[in-house]
Amino acid sequence: MVDVLRYRDDEPVADPAVTVDSFAEQSNAAAVRIEPGDDARDLLPHLEQLRLVEVNFPAFTDGRGYSAARILREAGYAGELRAVGDVLLDQLGHMRRCGFDAFAPDKPIEAADAEVAFNRWPEVYQATGDGRQPIWAKRHG
Amino acid sequence: MYKYDQYDQAMVDTRVAEFRDQTQRRLEGKLSEDQFKPLRLQNGLYLQLHAYMLRVAVPYGTLSSAQMHMLADIADKYDRGYGHFTTRQNIQYNWIKLEDAPDILADLATVEMHAIQTSGNCIRNISSDQFAGAAADEIADPRPYAELLRQWSSFHPEFLALPRKFKIAVIASQTDRAAMKLHDIGIRIVKNEAGELGAAFYVGGGMGRTPMIAPCIKEFVPLDQLITYSEACLRVYNRYGRRDNKYKARIKILVHELGKDEYTRQVEEEFAHLQTQGIEPPLAELERIKAHFADPAFEAAASDDLDLSDPGFALWVERNCVAHKQPGYIIANISLKPVGGIPGDASAEQIHLMADLAKAYSFDELRVTHAQNIVLPHVKKADLHALWQKLDAAGLGTANLDTVEDIIACPGLDYCSLANARSIPVAQKISQRFAETGKTETLGELKLKISGCINACGHHHAGHIGILGVDRKGVENYQLLLGGCEGDDTSLGQITGPGFDEDGIVGAVETATNVYLANRQDGERFLDTYRRIGMAPFKEALYG
Amino acid sequence: MKILTGNDLKTGAVVWWTGYDWSIHVEDAVDVDGEADAIAAREEGARRVNGPYAIDAQREDNGGVRPAHIKDRIRALGPTVRPDLTLKPADPNAGNWVI
Ligand code: HEM
Ligand code: SF4
Repeated sequence: MVDVLRYRDDEPVADPAVTVDSFAEQSNAAAVRIEPGDDARDLLPHLEQLRLVEVNFPAFTDGRGYSAARILREAGYAGELRAVGDVLLDQLGHMRRCGFDAFAPDKPIEAADAEVAFNRWPEVYQATGDGRQPIWAKRHG
Repeated sequence: MYKYDQYDQAMVDTRVAEFRDQTQRRLEGKLSEDQFKPLRLQNGLYLQLHAYMLRVAVPYGTLSSAQMHMLADIADKYDRGYGHFTTRQNIQYNWIKLEDAPDILADLATVEMHAIQTSGNCIRNISSDQFAGAAADEIADPRPYAELLRQWSSFHPEFLALPRKFKIAVIASQTDRAAMKLHDIGIRIVKNEAGELGAAFYVGGGMGRTPMIAPCIKEFVPLDQLITYSEACLRVYNRYGRRDNKYKARIKILVHELGKDEYTRQVEEEFAHLQTQGIEPPLAELERIKAHFADPAFEAAASDDLDLSDPGFALWVERNCVAHKQPGYIIANISLKPVGGIPGDASAEQIHLMADLAKAYSFDELRVTHAQNIVLPHVKKADLHALWQKLDAAGLGTANLDTVEDIIACPGLDYCSLANARSIPVAQKISQRFAETGKTETLGELKLKISGCINACGHHHAGHIGILGVDRKGVENYQLLLGGCEGDDTSLGQITGPGFDEDGIVGAVETATNVYLANRQDGERFLDTYRRIGMAPFKEALYG
Repeated sequence: MKILTGNDLKTGAVVWWTGYDWSIHVEDAVDVDGEADAIAAREEGARRVNGPYAIDAQREDNGGVRPAHIKDRIRALGPTVRPDLTLKPADPNAGNWVI
């Protein structure tokens, strides 16, 4: 069992996440796992019932999961969005900005180190729907 | 020029701190090279043939003299007293130590500079027209749009692990001086029938092993949707760009494989969705940035007279100077292509001198061109002769802009670990040969571009004459291409036939120019003659 | 012979395996046939070298070592277009060795 860094107050979902394909067949699952080649849009009709979406990063250099995360959040998904796999300290902050609120790295990351990573950038240039006010908004506040 | 406010400064300062920490962790063994490499690349740090190489961003090619002085100081303090200006308007240092890199970034940050996203699979430094804000033919200064895009693309969390590098160019004039259609996204600022400014998007161009000219996918994006549209283009690419083969990972392949129409359809769909997300900065932000690019305080009644009685000066004016939008002013190009020199290299002393001259004669501004030269964009004609004398005394007065001596050459095998062959010695020999035979003037405009391998950093596909270094059984060999062009009538060069050795390629270039001279009609440039008569006569002369 | 080369992790300098350490002089390189992978893994793990790789080379009559590929000869000497920055700035013919 990998250590999960979780930044939510609700109870974690205990069910194992199913693949996008099997989710399409037995669509009463509350947890699903997206691989880089999956289309996050396939989940949009079912967001109500989903409480956990895992987005797999088999290699940290494959950035498709960042778009998947934003697509889900932009569609209003409010459940847990968990990055799993080759999740490294130096990418945590970017993942958080794209809407991830839980992390299950293959190699454990210390919570204290993660905290430093999240606090690294006092300002941000873009609006990404993570609630942070971009610099342009502050300039024209 | 754009000046950082406290926010921009905080961003680069944070970046320095972040990279210092990452470098430290690499040196302590907490990061493997595989993990560190993408991080250092996104700070412009490569591992090259002789040492680490640092590529410093010069956003849209614009520099102040203080920034230029800093570039020289870095060359002296951390490198070996010189730098290499590149076709993407950046500067590279070839002898950097990893342990020094964070300090260099800290020094750069003191003059509002950085090396952010100058490499790696992310949105790279935004390039633009080197004559922006000075050109007589522009409908707007393209740099405010480039700056808006720079801020949007810097540390964009969704687009830091793209399938491959992503290069954007922005222009706003009739003449394309930035090879806009050979970029992943080329943006041309245009006016619609109502007289409003907007942006035309050309997506999917590039060079490398599969050169492609970008098609226009949208004629007019209103200025208050520029960022949203760009984000839509990128998101479609990030999701569907190929990741199975790094040679097929550029957006040009995606656009080509999907077809322009299907790619455009997907972008439009994403665009419609993203417009509901409030990600576009207000127009007030664009106005704020524009205010930084207001014209300098030109002298209203500056004279247009130029005393051209000094023949050396007259030649330089004819070759290296370009019309300015403001009466009494002129754009002066400083050639970094002395005969037999290394294209794009400048010593720390030369960089300092150019900085001083910019301060004295060009409202404190310089530009880096994609042809690896430097521009003083706003010179009063009355000062031009004095400026030229100082340049000439420092070996910077070469009058050969856009001639066969003004060669674009990538670093090649002398510096680059990906190279198949050396580029620089070929450039040196060619410029020497033409200078000696005195043919440079006769040939007029002739763009010669050399790359040391198929990656095409030297733009060989876009040269009227292009040279590509290849490896033939462990020996350097050079292929010749003819008919490329990067301007408005962008075309890709065709290979003439079997390659040549180092001396052979110099002779082959000369042979090709002889075919041109024998066939040219009134006023034709090399490219025009080639387009009219085709490849056959050249082949005949080269191999017949 | 097979020799092992890479770049110094901290400085990026081109280095060659001498049997017990790394040298910036290619003539110090020793034959590593059969051991290249083990040495490379150990040295990289100890962070003394970055990106080590083994190459073919030839022992020269004067005791020097000549890498088989031009790229590694340029790495060994320095840029051919800046003799002043090579390891042999005083030798006007040093560049000929590369080509
Ligand atoms: C010395 C270190 C360098 C390395 C390792 C390097 C690497 C590469 C690679 C791998 C590509 C092909 C990318 C692709 O097709 O996906 C490329 C393209 C390019 N590079 Fe470089 N490059 C270097 C230096 C330079 C320099 C010095 C310049 C400017 C003079 C430059 C400008 C470009 C340009 C303009 C392209 C073509 C862009 C395109 O394909 O759209 N590079 N480079
Ligand atoms: S074209 Fe090839 S040799 Fe030249 S700089 Fe680019 S990667 Fe290196």
